[in-house]
Amino acid sequence: MNAAAPLAHTATLADRPEHSPESPLSIHAMTVAYHRKPVLWDVDYDAPANRLIAIVGPNGAGKSTLIKGAMGLVPRASGLVEFWGQPYRAARSRVGYVPQRETVDWDFPVSALDVVCMGRYRSIGWCRPVSGAHKRAAMACLDRVGLAGYAGRQISQLSGGQQQRVFLARALAQEADLYFMDEPFAGVDAATERAIVEVLRELRGRGKTVICVHHDLQTVADYFDEVILLNMRVVAAGPVRTVFTRDNLHKTYGGRLTLLSEAAEAIARGEVG
Amino acid sequence: MDPGAIQPAPHAPPPVTGSLAEVADGLPGVREIVETLTLRAGFNTNTVILGTTLLGVAAGVIGVFALLRKRSLVTDALSHATLPGIGLAFLGAGALGVDGRSLPVLLAGAAASGVLGVVCIQALLRFTRLREDAAIGIVLSVFFGAGVVVLSYIQANAASGAAGLNKFIYGQTAAMGMRDAALMASIAGGAVVVALLLLKELTLVCFDDAFARVGGWPVGAIDLLMMGLVVLVTVAGLQAVGLILVVAMLIIPPVAARFWTERLWLLVALSGVIGGASGYLGSVVSALLPRKPAGAVIVLTAGAVFACSMLLAPARGVLAAGLRMATMRARIGADHTLEVCYELSLGGAAMSRERLSRLASVRAWPGWYRWLIVATLERRGLLSRTPDGGLRASEAGLARGARVSRNHRLWEQYLISHADIAPSHVDWSADQVEHVLSDELIAQLESALGARGVTVPGAGPGRAAP
Repeated sequence: MNAAAPLAHTATLADRPEHSPESPLSIHAMTVAYHRKPVLWDVDYDAPANRLIAIVGPNGAGKSTLIKGAMGLVPRASGLVEFWGQPYRAARSRVGYVPQRETVDWDFPVSALDVVCMGRYRSIGWCRPVSGAHKRAAMACLDRVGLAGYAGRQISQLSGGQQQRVFLARALAQEADLYFMDEPFAGVDAATERAIVEVLRELRGRGKTVICVHHDLQTVADYFDEVILLNMRVVAAGPVRTVFTRDNLHKTYGGRLTLLSEAAEAIARGEVG
Repeated sequence: MDPGAIQPAPHAPPPVTGSLAEVADGLPGVREIVETLTLRAGFNTNTVILGTTLLGVAAGVIGVFALLRKRSLVTDALSHATLPGIGLAFLGAGALGVDGRSLPVLLAGAAASGVLGVVCIQALLRFTRLREDAAIGIVLSVFFGAGVVVLSYIQANAASGAAGLNKFIYGQTAAMGMRDAALMASIAGGAVVVALLLLKELTLVCFDDAFARVGGWPVGAIDLLMMGLVVLVTVAGLQAVGLILVVAMLIIPPVAARFWTERLWLLVALSGVIGGASGYLGSVVSALLPRKPAGAVIVLTAGAVFACSMLLAPARGVLAAGLRMATMRARIGADHTLEVCYELSLGGAAMSRERLSRLASVRAWPGWYRWLIVATLERRGLLSRTPDGGLRASEAGLARGARVSRNHRLWEQYLISHADIAPSHVDWSADQVEHVLSDELIAQLESALGARGVTVPGAGPGRAAP
């Protein structure tokens, strides 16, 4: 953050020629490190509005870290991130999030509807119970992912795919304009995959932007408009048609970025001892 | 730790009737027991009982969130870390000329060092590579050790009255005055009100803190508030339950309640009730037998509720789970028997005694289990014994055997054709799965195999039955 401070004083990203104020997400020179070991180097990216965008790259490429860093869930070592030309604090009511399914304990004493209602908490506010109107809105979101019949089911009684759809419904309940989704297609059944794709397209139809961490190269062209090829840095980003090429994929997956990872190791070692 | 050394706090008002300290330590009479249970044993006793009950409710309610946030052990470290604070507050107050035995002063010291203990755990996790269990162990033991040293110093050097501090280790409701009880009750009551007001926020942070943070909730502050509530309950309970056992009031009621419900508000309510009941019973027993430490009785009561819950709860209980397992095993055993009967019947044969023995030895059934399966199937009219000790399935039994046999082959074919598993390796898996296939899944399997042009023989011995 310190490295970003002088930049923040002199200019906002929207003033920079390569960043547009309409862009739902503008990242400039973002570097993220875990325990001083950089996992993302100097990421520059502008998300076009109203697109379905996939983040693709090998394991450990920093795909999840990219969206977590953008939302401030993990501290940024440096860089500047803006949403519609504003800092995250000002824009977060317009941002929705679907975390990875494994990040929570599913043996938690709540029902599917309770979880979806959590997406409404922000608009409910402090200390007030969930009203009937909010419950109905949450119910409608469950219906959109095809789980209306499972509202009262305790979440551990749902299959993995159904749990993933509950998370998606919770994000829908946030009524955001930009959605970050962390591997929504990981380990889900065919019915869930269809349901998620349908929801994504519906979101695009209503003018929303979705940025998905995605692991299945086969489906990138079918499901998404844009792709970010990532391996500790942005290898290439843009429309799937032009960017999702054999050559770029080889650069992302094949050519090992030995220098970057060796430098990262060295930084980590220097810090630890 | 000699309970005889414990003296009532000097500022306690003279009891109206039936002071706790006046109750003889022999076995109480029936009338005395009933009077204490029904809150007719005098104003002072009642205040202590009600206060401890409220403390139990508060611990039960707040413990739910400590449990769901997986902070139960941190609360243990916290309660042990209060001891040096108690001793230092006593010494500090004495040096400043304040009465060192004043309860608010001691509790403030306890809270301060408890919080310091938690901060130390966080610092160890943040700046070293220690795991949480090790950090908790270190802080818990070091703070408790420091507390013991401070207390022994007080014992040796301070003027009279210092021995009263020992009651904070094991707790002693009998030594509580009415004002102490009122202080405890109001802290506990306040903590419950705050927890209920923030039910939604606490739940959100416990379930998914990353999602909460992205949504703009101050997760750190909510966590801090939750730890603050735990500190309040711990400190409030020090005198009644003692610092070693107060953590049990935070952990046992929610864990016991969890066996009975999948609903959060019900979990909170039930945990509060269990905690309250434990507090009530513990303080009543302590009122009747003042030399018995209330803390231990409270914890034992909660522990008994836990043991019953663990065994008897319908969905999550151990007995219910064992019963479900045994039922499932029995059903699978019956399935296997009928499957073999069916496959033999295709050649017109009944199952001979030798064939049954072979099945039992392949399935590793002890003699009594084989007898049980056959007897059950016989009672249900699915098979009958032949004169030479073999088995012959009825119409219904053959139908069930046919279904199992078909499921087995469906799954086997599916594994071979869709999962590329070698034919020699599918038998075990098919054996496991054939009993749990739902009708919906069978339909899916049939369509999957039909689409791939794999034909499944609906009948006919496709393999050698074990």
